[in-house]
Amino acid sequence: MDYFLELFFGGLTRGSIYALIALGYTMVYGIIELINFAHGEIYMIGAFSALIAASVLTMLGLNQIAILVIASVVAVIYSSAYGFTVEKIAYKPLRHAPRLSPLISAIGMSIFLQNYVLLAQTSDFLPFPALIPEFAFMEPYSHIISSAEVVILMTTAFVMVLLTLLIKFTKIGKAMRATAQDRDMAMLVGVNVNRVISVTFIIGSSLAAIGGVLIASHIGMINFYIGFIAGIKAFTAAVLGGIGSIPGAVLGAFVLGWTESFATGYVSSDYEDVFAFTLLVFILIFRPAGILGRSTTQKV
Amino acid sequence: MITFSEIKKSLAVSLWFVFLTFPIMVIRVNTIENLIVWRWKNMAFIGIGSFFLSFVWRYFLKRKDAGRKTDESGEAEKPSLAGRIMEEPKIYRPMLTAIAVFALVFPFIFSSYQVNIMTTALMYVMLGLGLNIVVGLAGLLDLGYVAFYAVGAYSYALLNYHFHLGFWTLLPVSAMLAATFGVLLGFPVLRLRGDYLAIVTLGFGEIIRLILENYNEFSFGPSGIANIPRPGFFGIKFSLEGAITYVYFLMIGMTLFTIFVVNRLQNSRIGRAWIALREDEIACQAMGIDKTKTKLTAFALGATWAGMAGAIFAAKTTFVNPASFTFLESAMILSIVVLGGMGSILGVILGAMLLILLPEYLRAFSDYRMLLFGAIMVVMMVFRPQGLVSNVRRTYQFKQDFQD
Repeated sequence: MDYFLELFFGGLTRGSIYALIALGYTMVYGIIELINFAHGEIYMIGAFSALIAASVLTMLGLNQIAILVIASVVAVIYSSAYGFTVEKIAYKPLRHAPRLSPLISAIGMSIFLQNYVLLAQTSDFLPFPALIPEFAFMEPYSHIISSAEVVILMTTAFVMVLLTLLIKFTKIGKAMRATAQDRDMAMLVGVNVNRVISVTFIIGSSLAAIGGVLIASHIGMINFYIGFIAGIKAFTAAVLGGIGSIPGAVLGAFVLGWTESFATGYVSSDYEDVFAFTLLVFILIFRPAGILGRSTTQKV
Repeated sequence: MITFSEIKKSLAVSLWFVFLTFPIMVIRVNTIENLIVWRWKNMAFIGIGSFFLSFVWRYFLKRKDAGRKTDESGEAEKPSLAGRIMEEPKIYRPMLTAIAVFALVFPFIFSSYQVNIMTTALMYVMLGLGLNIVVGLAGLLDLGYVAFYAVGAYSYALLNYHFHLGFWTLLPVSAMLAATFGVLLGFPVLRLRGDYLAIVTLGFGEIIRLILENYNEFSFGPSGIANIPRPGFFGIKFSLEGAITYVYFLMIGMTLFTIFVVNRLQNSRIGRAWIALREDEIACQAMGIDKTKTKLTAFALGATWAGMAGAIFAAKTTFVNPASFTFLESAMILSIVVLGGMGSILGVILGAMLLILLPEYLRAFSDYRMLLFGAIMVVMMVFRPQGLVSNVRRTYQFKQDFQD
């Protein structure tokens, strides 16, 4: 039973990280119908910025909580800056191009950013400092769930609530929903669509950065390639739940997290990624609209 | 021309990029020895570079906008340079002869190292033309193309290992197996919309690679299969250099065969169906084209070429392992097609030659190869989505003279 619970919480933690990244995918897709391939790289850049900030601060001798907070803030700022810039360079000039063009541009951006970090930093795995402290009161349960996992779950829940509030009750949230429904119509009623798209990229990137800091400090290692697999898995999660739908992305991420956790725990850990991809293929074949998505018929 | 406000804009861009690249470009941490290296020089490079690049970027954007306006005003578009060359026999005949002579004498003037590189480039021409069927003609973005390449390479390697069959027997078998995989993958996923298809094919490519890496009893795992025989030629034994030359000519033959087939396909009934399907799926179905069947043929034919290239790759290097079949390989083939021009045969050949030969000869820049590929994909999409050599569509002109 303990093993089951351990896998359960492991899957939940994985799921919440995937959820944080998947939200970026799903929000961008909801608004401009583009698979932002470079999103995984934004997450990786978030983790790298946090690592760099944390190392510099450690040398300055700050205490752990301050480092955690400042590193996270740096990660969020840099990830959103990168997300914003990527949109301006690679997607904005292609707003009216055929669908394939921005997708290829996004893949190019992803390869570019990966190699940019590879060349400017290193190709080795860098040890990431464990920024999340160990809580004493978690000691009795440590064989089931670690303190880091608790922090990840709580942060994710908090961020989700914040995001829901933002989208439901603020003016920019309303503008985002309007743009997602019908971009031209939103433009007609005076929504600044370019600004909405930028804000969407910024929010998505900040969420990915938070995910990046949390997972990097939990696993303890990063390199330039972490964004690629994480990005694809998060995309799987977004599709699983129904792309474009925010609760769907979260649900899909948890389903994916549990699938991976149980499959590696009970079947074989060699094929961890194969399970995720197989799940993706099957979902797309049998339920292309996802769990919560509704299928739309294309009108001429 | 350059006004003050433009300079101000570029300064802002430059400052923004300095800020953006600051932690990654300037600071390098060594977490083991707790050292920080500050590389201020990079900051200056970025600042100056982005300042000038932003001028270039805006200039080209403006030019593109102007180009779009002339398109809209309905002025006749003048044929591209490549199009004019292709239409003028006085120019293209001597050019083709020169290229043919060069290709024939190439292995006898240059060292076997150069010949090897050229063979690789030709292999990528073949792969590019194969992917061109799928991406360029049928408009299906396939990000897992390398999976079929891997299937081809491994089927030659494994069937040879277990049954000792020769290269010429196994070449069509590899092609067929790859095509089968293409159909197997294509059948369920071709109903999907373009961007979903991209992700599923990407996932498929990764699945194939991970299986090859982990299923040791079947594929010998990450260590791969060594000592694969080179292709035979009526039982004659070659020296190492002779074998390299032989593979080179084999590749020349295969490339010509590929060009011939793709060219014929392009103007055939099925080829026109692909192009039509790419342009408008719904109108195409209304015209009575079987969507699934047409897409499947594209997928299967694309995979066939990857399979053949895979078998030749295995025979050429005499060694295969899963590390040769990563996503980056798919991305490279895709950038060949994108750079050259989707749907254009000449473009793909040019793209493959540029992207494979340039990094080989500019060794100093070979680290920047993938960075360049990524940048090329973005820049091409933004400024020249039709590629270096745009695809010349078959046009029919109505001649007024007949009325007199």
